[in-house]
Amino acid sequence: MPKDSGIGASSKRREDIRFLTGAGNYTDDINIHGQAYVHFLRADVAHATINSVDTSAASQMPGVLHIFTGSDFEPIGGLPCGWQVTDKHGEPMQEPKHPVLAHGKIRHVGEPIAAVVAETYAQARDAAEEIELSLTDLPAVMDMKKAVAEGATKVHDDLTSNLCYDWGFVEENKAATDAAFEKAAHVTTLELVNNRLVANPMEPRVAVGDYSAADDMHTLYTTSQNPHVIRLLMGAFVLGIPEHRLRVVAPDVGGGFGTKIFHYAEEAFCTFAAKQLRRPVKWTSSRSEAFLSDAHGRDHVTKIELALDAENNFTALRTETFANMGAYLSTFAPSVPTWLHGTLMAGNYKTPLIYVNVKAVFTNTIPVDAYRGAGRPEATFQLERVVDKAARELGVDPIALRRQNFVTEFPYATPVAVEYDTGDYEATMAKLEEIADIGGFAARRAESEKNGKMRGLGVNCYIEACGIAPSNLVGQLGARAGLYDAATVRVNATGSISVMVGAHSHGQGHETSFPQVISEMIGIPEDQIDIVHGDTSKIPFGMGTYGSRSLAVCGSAMVRAAEKVINKAKKIAAHLLEASDADIELKDGQFTVAGTDKSVAWGDVTLAAYVPHNYPLEDIEPGLEETAFYDPANFTYPAGAYACEVEVDPDTGKVTIERFSAADDFGNVINPMIVSGQVHGGIAQGIGQALLENCAYDENGQLISASYMDYAMPRADDLPFYEVDHSCQTPCTHNPLGVKGCGEAGAIGSPPSVVNAVIDALQSAGKDVTHIDMPLTPARVWDAMQG
Amino acid sequence: MTSVSMTVNGKSVSGEVEGRTLLVDFLRNDLRMTGTHVGCDTSQCGACVVHVDGEAVKACTMFAVEADGAAVATIEGQANADGSLSVVQQAFQDHHGLQCGFCTPGMVMSAAALLKENPKPTEGEIREYLEGNICRCTGYHNIVKAIMAASGQDVAAIAAG
Repeated sequence: MPKDSGIGASSKRREDIRFLTGAGNYTDDINIHGQAYVHFLRADVAHATINSVDTSAASQMPGVLHIFTGSDFEPIGGLPCGWQVTDKHGEPMQEPKHPVLAHGKIRHVGEPIAAVVAETYAQARDAAEEIELSLTDLPAVMDMKKAVAEGATKVHDDLTSNLCYDWGFVEENKAATDAAFEKAAHVTTLELVNNRLVANPMEPRVAVGDYSAADDMHTLYTTSQNPHVIRLLMGAFVLGIPEHRLRVVAPDVGGGFGTKIFHYAEEAFCTFAAKQLRRPVKWTSSRSEAFLSDAHGRDHVTKIELALDAENNFTALRTETFANMGAYLSTFAPSVPTWLHGTLMAGNYKTPLIYVNVKAVFTNTIPVDAYRGAGRPEATFQLERVVDKAARELGVDPIALRRQNFVTEFPYATPVAVEYDTGDYEATMAKLEEIADIGGFAARRAESEKNGKMRGLGVNCYIEACGIAPSNLVGQLGARAGLYDAATVRVNATGSISVMVGAHSHGQGHETSFPQVISEMIGIPEDQIDIVHGDTSKIPFGMGTYGSRSLAVCGSAMVRAAEKVINKAKKIAAHLLEASDADIELKDGQFTVAGTDKSVAWGDVTLAAYVPHNYPLEDIEPGLEETAFYDPANFTYPAGAYACEVEVDPDTGKVTIERFSAADDFGNVINPMIVSGQVHGGIAQGIGQALLENCAYDENGQLISASYMDYAMPRADDLPFYEVDHSCQTPCTHNPLGVKGCGEAGAIGSPPSVVNAVIDALQSAGKDVTHIDMPLTPARVWDAMQG
Repeated sequence: MTSVSMTVNGKSVSGEVEGRTLLVDFLRNDLRMTGTHVGCDTSQCGACVVHVDGEAVKACTMFAVEADGAAVATIEGQANADGSLSVVQQAFQDHHGLQCGFCTPGMVMSAAALLKENPKPTEGEIREYLEGNICRCTGYHNIVKAIMAASGQDVAAIAAG
């Protein structure tokens, strides 16, 4: 019987009630008395020298309070980068200043040049149209390979070139890897593009800055996945506000997918301007503005080579990737193509030698940073595509070739610096074969062919690294922050509990799933436990939510804090029951002396802690509240196998997803319903990348996919029902819950199976097509079919 | 400025608006009814769907003055009189048809409109009807399932996921 509460139960989400009744509290729903509105004048060219910004006429427009330009921010810090990558020669990456408002030069379309603050939003927009700009256009640096060629126009004049870093990993393995290729019986080579995407959470970004002169207190309400990170970066590096005078609140946030991790100019601006003008200042992004100002994702150009011996064992892997950074380094941009990408190149396979080269390049485009999966989808896509291509070249079954090369013994130290603690790749593959009914594919293909359609089956595996950690290791790798998380378990006198967590929920359902864990530990109903998150004045210093880390890292902190609470409560119970604390057991909300019927209820113990009349005050402090910080010993390694079946229309090239199946190993699962929902959403984004979405620039740096009219978001009629399973569970060995993280798996695991399926469909119909770059639009597929 | 009057969820409201004020901005900014959301600026995403005289309308495509005299229904008025969730709302919770909640008001309003005109829609009909509502979180699986369940159809056979 499925459980109806606690760990493993599909508890219905309590947060749904407010979202379903229009009672959510998103940042744009916050209005502060006396607030003014800012509109940013943004660059409409990609690269230019700013000769002058004349605001004299605009300043006279109705309702205008003040117009800020780049020179107002010249003495102030730039937006900081949180990760420094060291290149293959041991040199630090090139790190340009990232101004809040452009000063001297424009480096991408959408860069904010001036900020008009007015009484109404319409007045601010009207006034911005009266600002006179004098610009001298410069050639736009767009193509990454040309950008790093000798004599290329530079995005940043004060840097030596457009090359941010040239990273080799593991440099010591390069010679041995090259030698293995010399000896290979077969080498498969694939060149591909991992298309640039826009995360597109449905809630556009919003920032509201407020300042109280009475106590010199700054407050920023913002659409963030990690309010403490924003407080740290903005306070310490941009505006110089001490942390105790800066409160950052991220209330209900309408999706993040990575793009709301980063510290953005608009947040710093609203905080700064609120103090300057002594007025609350609000900015609400339009969707068009979001396309021009949210950090983008992916955008790699890669060549990958796989070496095999005569028995089809993988003997070496070699990759060369150009990774687009855009015009500036967004908060975690340098880590994405390196430590979140190179370290995953072993995938599920025991390839003994791997060498990864990544050249990160500045271009006149919007900065690129983490988007759901962040580096891991790029690693998985190229690896699972080249393995599939190798199987086709060798005439062997793609599933059998994968199986033959699986890692089967754990822990497994890869040649790319990480150690998988646990996994069972055969189990998820076997589960996939079952739920995807791979045995029935031939009959389904015959049926499609009867209807004049080509049908293909694509399979892939994936592994990812979640819950990024530990802090001392990531510090060596260049992280400029720790990556622990924190939780405070506050037990109230009558026994109810508030848990303040560093993680932030913006769709993941923490308000429901985290109490399930505490309920299981103490044995009180879930509705006696509430989660508090998203406000730096209420929660302990935590690093927020990204990289599928909330439960593995912050959930572990919560467990540690709850253990401390339980230990103290047992001491109080022992006093009340006149027994030794070693003999006290806690079950179903009752403390019992082992082997007796003497017991005291949870609520009586918590009351004693706050009304300590009969209480061992000489030994134990009153109260019942504990905090824990948890710094994981290792990443977690969710893994799985995915299958996609497509039909391709030979007349139009249109691809239809007929079936999609996912078998995942997330370790232990707290709320299966929520986990399945996370996988569904990830798969939809992966299918979106594979078939629909593309962030397109023209050669002048104009973004030509800057609205939902032009950027193809997946819609309900583009997608099927999915078959997902997470019954294969190898618990993580190093966190107290044995959990691995499930937020990104779907987006990491799905694109290769979609492309593999289309290639299978075309080749099975006799077409000589070995690769098509994503998105596989009808035009691209049709073109490929024509040879 | 122009005076407008309408009923919203059965209550009479009025205000002074500019000609360019959109219905969604009147609801959100003038009436402070922030349940209706704005997710795009090209009438694509559907987060702002409300009912105007019984028809589903994207509130970002209609001026407030055009709704003068109309009966407007928003997400805030969908629950039953006793405060319990409506059939559609309850189905969304039961089947995990929402995650971040931002597209949800529009999804619920579209679903309610669909079921009014087609009480037992097929999966395909639901997917086609929702073409104008974008969700980035759920992959639509549980939204479609919830709407089928709200229409009284047995969804047990659909991949439980």
